[in-house]
Amino acid sequence: MKRFAVALMALVWFALPVQAAVEIQDITTPGGIKAWLVEEHSIPFTALEISFRGGTVLDRPGKRGEVNLMMATLEEGAGEMDAQGFAKARDALAASFDFGAYSDSVTISARFLTENRDDAMQLLRQVVMEPRFDQDAVDRVRGQVMSILRNAETDPGDIASKAFNAMGFGAHPYGSDDNGTFDSVAGLTRDDMFAAKSRVMTRDRIYVGAVGDISAQELSTLLDGLLGDLPATGPELPKHIDPALTGGVTVVPFETPQSVVIFGQKGLSRDDPDFIPAYIANEILGGGADSRLMREVREKRGLTYGIGAYLVAFDHSELIMGQFSSGNGSVSEAVDVVKQEWAKIAADGITEDELDIAKTYLTGAYALRFDGNGPIARILVGMQMDGLSKDYIATRNDMVNAVTLAEINRVIKRIYNPETLTFVVVGQPEGLQTN
Amino acid sequence: MKHGLIAALIAFSTPAFAADVSTYALDNGMQVVVLEDHRAPVVAHTVWYKVGAADEPMGKSGIAHFLEHLMFKGTDKMAAGELSETVTRNGGSDNAFTSWDYTAYYQRIAADRLGLMMDMEADRMRHLQMTEEDVATERQVVLEERNQRTDNDPGALFREQTRAAQYMNHPYGVPVIGWRHEMEQLNREDAFAFYHRYYAPNNAILVVAGDVDPDAVYELAKTYYGPIEPTPNLGPRVRPSEPPQLAERRLTMSDPRVAQPSVSRTYLAPERNPGDQKTAAALSILAELLGGNSTTSFLARTLTFENPKAIYAGAYYDGSSIDEGTFSLVMVPKPGVSLQEGEEALDAALAKFMAEGIDLDELARLKTQLRAGRIYAEDNIEGLARQYGEELAIGLSIEDIEAWPDSLQAVTPEDVMAAAAEVFDRRHAVTGWLMPEQQPETQQGANG
Repeated sequence: MKRFAVALMALVWFALPVQAAVEIQDITTPGGIKAWLVEEHSIPFTALEISFRGGTVLDRPGKRGEVNLMMATLEEGAGEMDAQGFAKARDALAASFDFGAYSDSVTISARFLTENRDDAMQLLRQVVMEPRFDQDAVDRVRGQVMSILRNAETDPGDIASKAFNAMGFGAHPYGSDDNGTFDSVAGLTRDDMFAAKSRVMTRDRIYVGAVGDISAQELSTLLDGLLGDLPATGPELPKHIDPALTGGVTVVPFETPQSVVIFGQKGLSRDDPDFIPAYIANEILGGGADSRLMREVREKRGLTYGIGAYLVAFDHSELIMGQFSSGNGSVSEAVDVVKQEWAKIAADGITEDELDIAKTYLTGAYALRFDGNGPIARILVGMQMDGLSKDYIATRNDMVNAVTLAEINRVIKRIYNPETLTFVVVGQPEGLQTN
Repeated sequence: MKHGLIAALIAFSTPAFAADVSTYALDNGMQVVVLEDHRAPVVAHTVWYKVGAADEPMGKSGIAHFLEHLMFKGTDKMAAGELSETVTRNGGSDNAFTSWDYTAYYQRIAADRLGLMMDMEADRMRHLQMTEEDVATERQVVLEERNQRTDNDPGALFREQTRAAQYMNHPYGVPVIGWRHEMEQLNREDAFAFYHRYYAPNNAILVVAGDVDPDAVYELAKTYYGPIEPTPNLGPRVRPSEPPQLAERRLTMSDPRVAQPSVSRTYLAPERNPGDQKTAAALSILAELLGGNSTTSFLARTLTFENPKAIYAGAYYDGSSIDEGTFSLVMVPKPGVSLQEGEEALDAALAKFMAEGIDLDELARLKTQLRAGRIYAEDNIEGLARQYGEELAIGLSIEDIEAWPDSLQAVTPEDVMAAAAEVFDRRHAVTGWLMPEQQPETQQGANG
């Protein structure tokens, strides 16, 4: 019995006006740096997100982990300041700078108060232009990376990722850990840090999003001062690779009570014209708490705490992936259910009702992403890197709503391939058929 | 039945936060708190029950959390799963969480759906239904959750053992997720017994945050929550308390899945109390100065910079609880440094800190950051809603919550050292060694 009639009436027509809250200004600095800005003056601070396309795929042969170690050591001293001096200067301004290294990008996420914006940016400029990479700092951070590598060796989730990536991508950078190996990290030098920085932080690959208490003019001046003296161009990016996933189940034996499972197959790129229907299809199969996989594996059978699937659009490859954990005694049944659901959606597609529910959820939930200056700044950078236009925020929900049942079922037939769905299981699974 | 007449209408102004905070009480005893942020047309609707794992009957560990899962099963009017489905169909997301002191349910959704959320949340406050089959399947789900969070992670298993040793009598020593052998026996009757006793408007706090008008929220709350009958005679939240702790406890655990050995020490520590947060404020500052910042804190400087023995060293204070909290230290030794040496280095650092006192520049920088933190916090209205919900649920008042930032600013170096001297008592401590395999040279009773 449906008591909450308003909920059903709300289907389809409902979507929040995101664009009202997010007015993007598109600026180009005198120095040629492009940036997107949302002015938001009610709180006296700015969130600044800077991303450089490239990332850890630009590690040189034999130097796996150099970009990761470099980004982790950036903040350990700059200009006249050693690590202690830099941390003190930053904290006295109550600014925060986070540095990230990912497969396809390296990122700087900064947050600073209006009252000392210039000082905070002077400090960040020293990190960007004059990092010290002191030997003791490199060694200290190297020790932390080694500790992460040791932990990954006995973490079932990390073991599963490593095995899955190696299977899918082999010698391509996507096939190995961004952190590097014990051997490669041990061999990295101070010079490698300087070299890695000048390879990945270059002007031709910058994407900027800023949200907060700052004007377009102020941002423009700030960015030229901060980034204007970086090298003009970076090295060539790797070639596209199709994942070598041909189906089957691989078990990596590991003594632990619950098996961790990663599964996946080839996906589709962000600029594929079918991306939006594929995104909706994934939402229905494995997106949220109400997905088919959650219903079948968790709600009906109690085989897992959580299961999800997602589209992975790297810059140079594409996957549809998923993950769950299940007790060693129940994981075999859970793997079977996932296979059945994959076969089922590939054979029969989805229903009109499922499509309507997914559209309502996706169009309504879109606005929930824009919750705070930092998250919005990251969205602005993500949109630029994906080649989306400024008005995407205003039109994205219309694109979702325009997808027809015939179209999405065509796309499902095109992308879901149960034969190539490949599983990696780490644990001591009972009664699991492997190949 | 009462009809939600206004019993109290008190609005507090809080110039410290951009979000305006208002609070009301419904006639049936339910507290309503509204945090305004009109930057986006979104609302967080959260209901906090003043009951958690530390209120469970003996032998029923995990029932508070298990009930939290079963709350999604259905009511007299809603089918199993319908609440979440309705949230989804309205473009929202929902979830819930359980701690020792509270259980909370929340939805994030378009602000104009607030009434619908209240309608459903009020419905499941009193009209929960579940079949034996629902209970059996969901019990498997929480056992898999335990597998995932705890049994598959030796660090989590060791924290569980440490806590059980830290609290000799208080139920804070029992894990929120439950002990596996007791979780396996939890049933429908256990869940209903707990539910009927504790899920009531006079045991609940509603915190609504976002693009809403406080008066309108109050009207909606009266409409949906107002008619619910309170549970009479809900006594004060008194749990078994700790006896004098007279002996340090020392734990060693070996697990082949441990890749990185570590030394930990937890001390029993005073918690925040209504009208009295001075010691807790000093302990918060102490944790930051001693081991909060990974570069400039005392332990980081001493153990990872000056004479490096550790890959990582840190300190934490957990005092947002109804009863006594904990103050924790951890050090992860560098390769080649044994746990014995690691513990000695940690104790030597602690002794040095007690002898030298605190760095005044470091304290000044910390206070600057805390002041700025309040500005940054305004950007995260849901974080603020969560903070208000948690702190009200442990018995603090709005005045206490708003006084906390000032309490932190008022902490003096003497306060910090006095709090440290009070807390760092090895008789109240659990010292733990977590390692990959039994180390033959293991020695007991190291005193640094």
